Amino acid sequence: MSQNQQSGDEASAESESLITTDVQPAETNRRSRSATILETRDLSVYYGDDRALTDVSIEIPEHSVTALIGPSGCGKSTFLRCLNRMNDLIDACRVEGEVTLRGKNVYDEDVDPVALRRQIGQVFQKPNPFPKSIRDNVTYGLEVQGKSATDEDVERALKGAALWDEVKDQLGSSGLDLSGGQQQRLCIARAIAPDPEVILMDEPTSALDPVAASKIEDLIDDLAEEYTVVIVTHNMQQAARISDRTAVFLTGGELVEYDDTATIFEDPADDRVEDYITGKFG
Amino acid sequence: MSDGAGTPDLQRPSSLTRIKESGYGGVFVACAAVTLLTTIAIFATLLSDALFFFSEVPITEFLSGTEWSPNPRGGGLSFGIVPLVIGTLTVTITAAFVALPIGTLTAIYLSEYATPRVRSILKPMLEILAGVPTVVYGYFALVYITPALQATLFPEMRTFNALSASLMIGIMTIPMVSSISEDAMSAVPDSLRQAGYGLGATKYEVSTGIVVPASLSGIASSYILAISRAIGETMIVVVAMGAQANMPEVRSALFGIPYIHPAEVLFDSGMTITVSMVQIAGGDLVGGTLPYDAMFALGLTLFVITLIMNVLSDIIAERYREAY
Repeated sequence: MSQNQQSGDEASAESESLITTDVQPAETNRRSRSATILETRDLSVYYGDDRALTDVSIEIPEHSVTALIGPSGCGKSTFLRCLNRMNDLIDACRVEGEVTLRGKNVYDEDVDPVALRRQIGQVFQKPNPFPKSIRDNVTYGLEVQGKSATDEDVERALKGAALWDEVKDQLGSSGLDLSGGQQQRLCIARAIAPDPEVILMDEPTSALDPVAASKIEDLIDDLAEEYTVVIVTHNMQQAARISDRTAVFLTGGELVEYDDTATIFEDPADDRVEDYITGKFG
Repeated sequence: MSDGAGTPDLQRPSSLTRIKESGYGGVFVACAAVTLLTTIAIFATLLSDALFFFSEVPITEFLSGTEWSPNPRGGGLSFGIVPLVIGTLTVTITAAFVALPIGTLTAIYLSEYATPRVRSILKPMLEILAGVPTVVYGYFALVYITPALQATLFPEMRTFNALSASLMIGIMTIPMVSSISEDAMSAVPDSLRQAGYGLGATKYEVSTGIVVPASLSGIASSYILAISRAIGETMIVVVAMGAQANMPEVRSALFGIPYIHPAEVLFDSGMTITVSMVQIAGGDLVGGTLPYDAMFALGLTLFVITLIMNVLSDIIAERYREAY
C-alpha cells in the first residue's frame, strides 16, 4: 500500500515537471481553434456481446495532434479503428453511432470503406513494412488508387517522414533491411504518400528504442502542419509532449475527459483522470 | 532467497542422466539417417545399374533414339527414350495447366476469402481428394472423362488417350497445390494485410499484391511437389492412357523450328517413363539382361529431371520471393 502511494507521488512529480517544460500552450490554442475534421457521436462498439466502447462523442480539430490515452483494454485502439473502419475486418465487431469526416457519416450505406481508408491513413504499433523495396512500399498506396507514382512522390513522402537522407541511395533494397525506427518512419512515409487528410497512429513508438521513438515524436509534430494526427499511446509523457488535445478513456470503453492537453495534465476535471495521470491506477 | 553462504550446487548430473541424454540424441540421429541412407542407397543402385546399361547402349543413342521397344519377343530391341520423354512431358505439362492455376486460386480463396467455418469444412474435403487411390482416378478418367470429351469437344479422341489421364492427374494434384499454398498464405503475418487495408487496398489487391508475393516460396514448393507427383504418376496413366510408346510426327514450322502437333500427343495413347518401367518390371525379365538394366537408366533419367526441376524452381522462388 505504502509502496503504491510512493510510486503515485513520483509519477505526479514527473508529469508536472513535463507539463512545465514540454507543452507550449500558445501552439496548443492555435491548433485547437481550427475547424473540426472528424467527429464521433454516441459511438459504441461491441465485440459479440462485449461492449468495448460506450457512447463516445468527440470532436477532433484539423491540423492538430489528438492523443488517446488510458489503461490497457480501455477501448482506445478500438476507437481508433472505428475512424477508418478497420473494425469492418473483424467479423464479430458491431458499431453503433456516427463517425463523421467533414460532416459525412462514414458508416452510411453509400460509403466505401476502401475509399475512406484512402482519406485516413494508419500507422501501426509494430513497424510492418511490406517485404518489398523501399520505393514499392512508398508507392503502394498510390498504386492501389490507380495513380502512377513518380520519383518526386517517393522523395516527398520519404522527406515528409524524415527518412529521405538515410535511404535515398538504397530505394531498391528491401524495407525490411532497415532498423526498427527506420521501418516505422517508412510506414509513415507509406501512409502519407497518397496524401490523406488524417493519419491514425496506434502506439507507433511502443516497439522502438527511446532514440528512434523521439525521432518519431519530432516527426509527428511536423506532420500536424499538413495532416490531422490521432495517436493512441500508453505513454503519458509522450501524450503530454506531442499532443494538442488529449482524450482519456477508462476501463469499460468510456471517454472520461477530453480537453486541451495542458488542461488534462494540469487540472483535469474528473478525479479519475487525475488518479490515472498521477499513476494511482492503470 | 540466497543467503550468500555455502557452495552453489553446480555438480554435473549423474552418469545415468548423461547416458539418457546422449541416448535421446542418438534416436533422433538414427531416424534422420533412415531417409538419408535410403536416398543414397537408391541413387547408388540407380547409378551403378544405369552405368552398366550405358556401357552396352551408348548414352547418346538412349537420349536421342525415337523408338522404344525393350521386349526381346517383339522384334528388335531399341532403347530410344524420346517417345517416353514426350509422353511424360505431355502428361506433366497438361496436368500442371490444370493443377497450378486452380490450386493457387483455391488456396487464395481458402486463405483470404473463406470464413473460418467454410475453411474448416473445405480444407479437409480437398485433402480427401489426395487420399483417393490413384487406380480409382484412372478408371474415372477412362470411364467418364474420355467418353464425355469424345461426346462433346473431341470426337476424334481415342479411348486410351493422354488428355484424359493428364486432366485427371491435374485434378488429383490440386489439393497438393492448394493445401501447401494455403498454409504458406495463412502464415503471412496479419500485420501486412492490415497495412494494405489501411492504405485503401481492396481484398483482391491485398491477396494478390501482398499475400501471394510474400508466400511465393511456399507456393513454389507446392508446385514442385505437384509437378513431381505428376511426373511420377503411373497408375492413372496405365489405366487411362494405354501404354503405347508412340513417336509423334515431328513437323517443321517457320524457320525450321521443330514442333509436335498437340492433338497428336493428347488424343492418342502414349507411354511415360514410369509406365515403361512398370512394363519392364511386370514382364518376366531376368536380372542382368539389357531390358532389366534399361529400367535403371529410366529411373536415373527421372531422378535427374526431378532434380533439375527442384533446383530451377528454388532459383526462381529465391529470386522473386518477398521474404517477411
